[in-house]
Order: sequence, then C-alpha cells, then structure tokens
Amino acid sequence: MERPSLGSLLVGAIPFVALCFSVSLWDRIEPRILGLPFNFFWLVSWLFITPVFIWAANRLDRRASGSDSAKGAGQ
Amino acid sequence: MNQAVVALAILSAIAIVGAVIGFLARFHRKMDLEQWTVAGRGLGGVLVWLLMAGEIFTVYTFLGCSGWAYSKGAPIYYILGYGPLACVVAFFILPSIWEAGQKHGLQTQADFFKVRYGSNKLGALVALIGVVCLIPYLQIQLAGLGLVVEVASFGAIPRTPAIIVAFTLVAGFVLVSGVRGVAWVSVLKDILLIVAAGFLGFAVPRIYFGGIGPMFTALIHARPDHLVLPGSTPNLGHTWYITTVLLMALAFYMWPHYFAAAFTARSGDDLRRNAMLMPLYIVAMPLVLFVGFTALLVTPHLGNGDLSLLTMVQKTFPAWFLGVIGGAGVLTAMVPSAIQLLTGATLYAKNLYKPIFAPSMTDEQVARLAKVIVLILTVGALLLAIFTSPSLVSLLLLGVIGVSQFFPGVVLGLYSKRVTTPGVFSGIVTGISIGVFMALTGRDPYHGWNAGLIALTFNFTVTVIVSLLTKVSVAERETTLPAHLRADGTTLNKALSATE
Repeated sequence: MERPSLGSLLVGAIPFVALCFSVSLWDRIEPRILGLPFNFFWLVSWLFITPVFIWAANRLDRRASGSDSAKGAGQ
Repeated sequence: MNQAVVALAILSAIAIVGAVIGFLARFHRKMDLEQWTVAGRGLGGVLVWLLMAGEIFTVYTFLGCSGWAYSKGAPIYYILGYGPLACVVAFFILPSIWEAGQKHGLQTQADFFKVRYGSNKLGALVALIGVVCLIPYLQIQLAGLGLVVEVASFGAIPRTPAIIVAFTLVAGFVLVSGVRGVAWVSVLKDILLIVAAGFLGFAVPRIYFGGIGPMFTALIHARPDHLVLPGSTPNLGHTWYITTVLLMALAFYMWPHYFAAAFTARSGDDLRRNAMLMPLYIVAMPLVLFVGFTALLVTPHLGNGDLSLLTMVQKTFPAWFLGVIGGAGVLTAMVPSAIQLLTGATLYAKNLYKPIFAPSMTDEQVARLAKVIVLILTVGALLLAIFTSPSLVSLLLLGVIGVSQFFPGVVLGLYSKRVTTPGVFSGIVTGISIGVFMALTGRDPYHGWNAGLIALTFNFTVTVIVSLLTKVSVAERETTLPAHLRADGTTLNKALSATE
C-alpha cells in the first residue's frame, strides 16, 4: 500500500484541530452568527470547509505519487 | 383513530415501496457470495455514496440526536464534530482497504485481518468481536422502529407486531438481493430523509418562534447553560468532547459493515470522492437538532427525549405528514439493519464457522449458511428487542469501544512493514479487556476521558511493543509488499481467491 504523503497528512490534520482539539476556543454562544450560537455556527461551517481540505490532501497525494494512485479509476 | 389510519397507511406504503425496491434490485443477477456481500465490486460512485450515507444516518441518529439535543444539549455537538473527521479518516484509509480487497478478493473485515496477518485465528477473533458489537446496533434500529410506529399510530399499534412485520421485510430483501438491494433502498431513504430533515429543521422553529435565530434566543434565555458544554449534563465537558470526537472519528469505519461497504465500490477514486462529499450529507444533522431544541421549549417535560422529534411532528402537522416522517423513520431503521444483518451473517459463516468447523466449505455453502444465519440473527434480534429495552445506548457505546480496537491493526496493517500478528492480537485483547471493564464498571467517562480512547491508547502501545519484540513472518511480509501478490498464489490467498 502506498502511504499518504506527509503534506496530505498535515492538511488532513487541520480539520482535527479545528473541530476537535480547539473546542475550548470556540465553545461559546457569543458572537451569534446568522442567529446561530457561535459554537453551532463553527461546527456547521466546517461541514462545508472540511471537503476543501480533503480535496487539497487529494491533490497533494496525487502530486507526490505521480498519477500512480489513479490506477483503476473509473475515469 | 382516523388520524392513525391515515398516518399508518402512508407509513406502510413507504416501507413497502422501500422493500419492493430492495427485492427488485436483484434484476437478473446470479446471487453468489461475491454479488451478495460486495455486489461484485461493481457499485458506482453515487450508489456507494448513498449506501454509505444511508448507513450513517440511522433511525438512532434521527431520533436519538434530536433526543440528545433535547435532554443533554451541547454534548450532542460531538456528532457534528466527529462526522467530517470520520470522512477525513475515510479518505486516507478506505482506498487502501479497497485496493487490498480487490487484490485478495476480500469480502469482510475479518478477511482483511486474516489475509494481511496470515492468521485464521486473528480473523476469527475480529469476526467474533464484530458480530457481538453489531447486535446492540441492530437492536437499537429495531427499538427505534417500534417507537416510530407507536407514535405514528397514536399508540394504536404496539411496537412488537410493528417490529416483526418490518423486520420480516428487511430479512426478505437481504436474502434475495444482498448488499445491492440495500444500496437501492438507500436511494429512497436518503431522498425522504433529506427532504424531511430539511423541511422540519426550518419549519418547526419558524412555526413556534418565527425562525431559527429567535428560537435560539429563546433557548439561551430559558436555559443559558444548555448550549455550551457540558450542557445539561454533569460530566460531558471539553475533555469528554475531545476524546469522544477523536475516538468516534477513528472508530467509525472500523464498524464491520462500514468497512465492508468499501469493498462494494468500483474504484478507489470513487471512495476518495465520496469522502470529500460525505460531510455535506451531514448537513441534515443540524436540522434535526433544531427540532430537538425547539421541542425543549415547546414541550419541556417529555419523559423520553428520543420522542421529542416525533412528538413535535405529531403536535404540529396533519396526520398524513406524520405518516411521511414515520415512513422515512422506518426506512432509516430498515436500511442499516439490513446491512448489519448481512455483515453479521457473512462474518459468522465465512470467518468464524468455516475456519473452525468446516475448512473445506465452498463459497456456495458459505453463502447458504450465511443466509440461514440472517434468519437466525433476525429472530435473535427480534427477541432481544421485544424482551429487553433498557439502556440500549450504553450497549451501543460498548459496541463502539469494541470496534475501535481494530484501528491499530488496520492502519498499521496497511502502512507498516514491522507490525506482527502477535502484536495485533495482544493489542486487540488488551484494548477490549480494558474498554469493556471500564464501561461495565461505570468508568466511562473516566476523569472526563472517553473510556474507548483510553483502551485504544493501551491497545496501540501494546501492539507496537509486542510487534517490536516478535518477528515478522514470511506470510505477513509478503502481504505488505505492494503489487505482485496475487499471481504467485500464496496458500493464504488461495482460500479467498475463488471469487474474482
């Protein structure tokens, strides 16, 4: 199996920091955004941001391994 | 009574349409073991996405999450936290698991351990733990299903007959169409669920408070502590949140049925794309939470928080709409329980019974046995659901602790050349022992820490230490090397290669 590249692992780690380890920084009600408590807004917005990071990790992996990891792809 | 008839008619119609789709999904395919368990590895991106998403959104998330939002408050945020992270984990490991599956003709999670570590015993241990952990999960679906029908019939239909009817349908399409059937039922289920969650999430707060923002304002006034950790609980604070989110994110794809769903994909790239899109599906979750929060303000004295969503629907909308929501609820119970039945039965037949009692069984015999086991599991889960009810949630938590212990064996197995069979074996045994002990003696959370994560830490440490102290056998070394494995027909792979 090919290991994920270091770069992609680092990019993949960012959502972990944002959604998990940093909870004490964003777990509060104010400021309310779009009517939502701040912690709720933060979590919901990362539902949309996380795919961007996964996409970036994918790009990095591709670059690291040439087009090798694409073998067997449906495209 | 009239209302109950309307609601029930619509609910039943939806459930029956779902089951019929499940039956039809077979088309004219010959249902051998490979088709039945992994759909011939031929599901395209969209179907795999729906299958996996369908499995994630169970009736427990539908009712249980609004229930937690209602009774516990902020701690339910853990589900929004770990969902996207589980997708990140999926992005990194599922394509590799798929690739291994393709190479060695793997159909189950236990197959993976068996082939990777060249050990039937390790495969059997993983199968055993997997089946045991699936049972409470299955039971929760049944309990949720019973709850839905009970409310939708305005109490006219008790849960037992409802569970029996719905579950007979499930067992039926599992037997006939296998995993492909489940994937197609997911299509209907996902559409209904998204529409239902989308509508309820906006409509319910709007009807009672004029919108989501005003609803939160009212809630912040009425219950100032409810919306920050630990919410309305004594001990689910920040440490609990971090350790639980971490454990759930790592454990998620260790559930035998999610793990095996990776094998159904047509390509590894489909799985990568899925991982990217999956967080968007979770958007349905906050909408469900809005309903739970609104319920807390509107009917603050429900005995059982799990009833909050259904009660709000019943209170707010006409009976036919309750039927639609009920139908969506019933399908969200049927889809996951179908896949759990299928996975549990295959694990038992292929990875427990065959290697121990009948090593010479053919694939057809395994498939036949697995189908018998589907029936036995169905009856067993029904009996459990009918005769026991309390603390299902705690059973499920025990299940998560159990399956999370596969993580080191999977990840090190994929990427490390140094990990050994005794290492993984002793790691799993250590992790399970510690986890089960802590959970059963009320030590979860332990000083705020999720017991599963503590168990996983010990497991990981033991796996690494024992691996360093033992030698990598030839079989293990061969399976870690990339490419060229299949052709030389190592004895290990022979048993599994019949299918491809």
